[in-house]
Amino acid sequence: MPRALFGAVVGGAFGFGLVVALRAISGLEIFQTEQTGYPHLIVPAITAPFGFLIGLGAFTYWFSWAAGSPTVPDDHSDHGAHSWRDYFKFNTDHKVIGIQYMVTTLFFYLCGGLIAMLMRAELAQPGTQIIDPGVFNGLFSTHAALMLFVFIIPVFAGIANYVLPLMIGAPDMAFPRLNALSFWMLPIAGLLFIASFVVPGGAFDAGWTGYAPLSTGAPLGQSFFNLGVQFAGASSIATALNFLVTIITMRAPGMSFWRMPLLVWANFSTSLLVVSATPFIAGAQFMVLFDRALHTNFFDHLAGGDVVSYQHIFWFYSHPAVYIMVLPGFGIISEVISSHARKPIFGYRLMALALLGIVVLGFTVWAHHMFVAGMFSWLRVPVMVTTVLIAVPTGIKVFSWLATLFKGVIHLKSTAMLFALGFIVTFVIGGISGVMLGMVPIDIHTSDTYFVVAHFHMVLFGGSVFTVFAGLYHWFPKFTGRMYDEKLGRVHFWLTFAGMLGTFMPMHWLGMTGMPRRVADYAAEFAGWNLVVTISAFVLGVAQLIFIYNMAVSWKWGPRAGANPWRARTIEWLVSSPPPIFNFDEIPRVVGGPYEFGVPGARHAILAGEQEVTEVRESEPAVARE
Amino acid sequence: MPRATIIRLAAAILVLTVVTSLAMVQVDWHGTAASEEAAPIDTLLEIVIVLSSLVFAIVMVMLGYSLWRWRAQPGDESDGEPIHGNTRLEILWTAIPTVIVLFLAAWSWFVIRDIEAREPEFMIVNVTGQQFAWKFQYPQQRGEAFEVPAAFESTELRVPTGVQIEFKLHSLDVLHSFWVPEWRIKKDAVPGITTRAVVTPNREGRYALVCAELCGLGHSTMRAPVFADSPEEWARWVAEQTGTKPRGGSAAGGS
Repeated sequence: MPRALFGAVVGGAFGFGLVVALRAISGLEIFQTEQTGYPHLIVPAITAPFGFLIGLGAFTYWFSWAAGSPTVPDDHSDHGAHSWRDYFKFNTDHKVIGIQYMVTTLFFYLCGGLIAMLMRAELAQPGTQIIDPGVFNGLFSTHAALMLFVFIIPVFAGIANYVLPLMIGAPDMAFPRLNALSFWMLPIAGLLFIASFVVPGGAFDAGWTGYAPLSTGAPLGQSFFNLGVQFAGASSIATALNFLVTIITMRAPGMSFWRMPLLVWANFSTSLLVVSATPFIAGAQFMVLFDRALHTNFFDHLAGGDVVSYQHIFWFYSHPAVYIMVLPGFGIISEVISSHARKPIFGYRLMALALLGIVVLGFTVWAHHMFVAGMFSWLRVPVMVTTVLIAVPTGIKVFSWLATLFKGVIHLKSTAMLFALGFIVTFVIGGISGVMLGMVPIDIHTSDTYFVVAHFHMVLFGGSVFTVFAGLYHWFPKFTGRMYDEKLGRVHFWLTFAGMLGTFMPMHWLGMTGMPRRVADYAAEFAGWNLVVTISAFVLGVAQLIFIYNMAVSWKWGPRAGANPWRARTIEWLVSSPPPIFNFDEIPRVVGGPYEFGVPGARHAILAGEQEVTEVRESEPAVARE
Repeated sequence: MPRATIIRLAAAILVLTVVTSLAMVQVDWHGTAASEEAAPIDTLLEIVIVLSSLVFAIVMVMLGYSLWRWRAQPGDESDGEPIHGNTRLEILWTAIPTVIVLFLAAWSWFVIRDIEAREPEFMIVNVTGQQFAWKFQYPQQRGEAFEVPAAFESTELRVPTGVQIEFKLHSLDVLHSFWVPEWRIKKDAVPGITTRAVVTPNREGRYALVCAELCGLGHSTMRAPVFADSPEEWARWVAEQTGTKPRGGSAAGGS
């Protein structure tokens, strides 16, 4: 780490020096401080992160190989973490990387959440109290960028990084070095977003959507957004490649695709979305950065550019992005509900196909974010049709989870299960408002209002974040070898559930009756419900501190947990908690489906050294299908 | 599942649907309706509210029932019944939602055609958004029910009721969005192109034009007053603005 920080300084100095030298040689003004310029700050913002990564050792093996030096294959001796210092290194163990991701993303969650508390404090009453409008615009922009790019998308990568290789019986991910590099690009992205607060002109303030031409003409902070997105995007794409190759090639013998747990299916589907869609946002942000710093004219209508095209390119990624933000969560919910209700997932095959259906349909709906944008009006109708159709595979999943509870043995004391059940309620509400927004005549009125804010928070918080909590509580014993405090967990759940409903339900009403979004102030008629929202948001915020306390204290001092406290069936539960450094002494053999609860004698996987049991033939299940 | 239970669950779903629908439909979600376009949009919303209540009721009743009926007793370490699926049920819950959402899409399509249908006669108002104010320009034009004898500009938007108005939207700098909540119509103003929104106001009153696309520092305060007047009042206002006599009315007197 010290070498990495030194590398960052050297890299930054190199970039700065490069710009200064080139500009001096060319006879240009050395420190160009046009609003959209500052090349002497933008170039270091690119070279310092690379210096950091080089100093960290991220590229050492590849540099040696490229230079033709003899390369020593990684002996993975750095696997495992023995002290907190190990988490600040370039470590290729997927379990260490998983923890690094989870802790880093939760840190950014708290940053984004703090920003939200500031916003709600200002919005408690009409008029300007503590945050003036310029700062406010920066706050909601950074809130969203942090939450989306460096919390919700990568936290799922973190959970899956830890769990997935174990779940498929693999010793690690297919590309451990790439995995570590993916992780380290993430704090860089978050720091670039946060750094925008201290550069001339302040934080980027054109929203996380960064529409041109507001973004192309904005101060320097916007360029930091453009760059941060590149690092977050590169991290995401590399991880997705890693997951795809790992899932396709490294499943344990006997694990056909139709015997994969749904978490694996979910990450497989998500990774397909990530690799194909993310390049589009990289492109859109590069185009804005180039318009700003290099005077290209992609979005400058006076020079022949096309303003609306930004939105097409941006949303072509950002709509699939929202499925990237929720599909892994669907996988988590399947794992949690089946284990904590002691039942096979109802309709497993259709559940897997529904994930793929969402992937395909997800690419056809982007223009529903643009129904009032002034694009060609004929496009609205086919996009409306595909948009409402996405409710079908999503509905299939909700109904299947409900059916999985049917005739189960439902453990309501488990916090993971509570979040999974709460998720069903809040996600259905969010899904319903989504269908409403998909209907053009309703969207014409509600677009860019608090109704939209309500919808996406219901599906992102009540949806994705609840699944994150469900997953973290469910696998906490596996990660740490200790149990968390279940009572505190329940308090966290109920306060979060109530706080969440109190914060976001009134927003449906506010939007419908005329309150636009992204406003630092509003008409007096909206004051009452805004106060209710703010108070609920404060409750919601405080509840998250209970979670952090529980996680931190239990990790250090919680009672020891066994290998399988939930008596679940997937492979990660067959090894110790935490798992051995190299996962398995010998790769396990998969002999049945992952959710055969209630089937006497059924096994999903056998570890080496166990007695062979009669393989349960799936064509003759112990209990006939209803 | 015993027949009696199915009937009880279905009844619970029906009751919850009806109660939720009634409660939600009573709520005045949109506020005042001040345009011809508002009615079909508001009706569509009511329809989707009813269907959503049904879906929500199904989810909540089945969830609640399962949690109550099959809640684990303390110390119960057993597994549930190994039900893997039910093909007929899965087909049903794929097909029925498909029908429901396509029905909503179809109804929406009819509403779009309805609210965007052009009258043979309509009035044009040019709206220009600029950080952070709106300007309105009325080109010289004449129709059966309205007349603008000479072009003029205004910083407030005043329109006659009963006339279809085509707003041609322009922006001089960044994206803005033209939205009068009581009219239910919104369209972005895009620099470099002219976008259009069509409204037929049908209720006199004072409203607010709200900017609905983040446009910078002054976005939250980018508003303009909107007045829907009776055609006679509006004609008097136009006369004042253009320094001419109102058509068909007395020259004296203001609005």
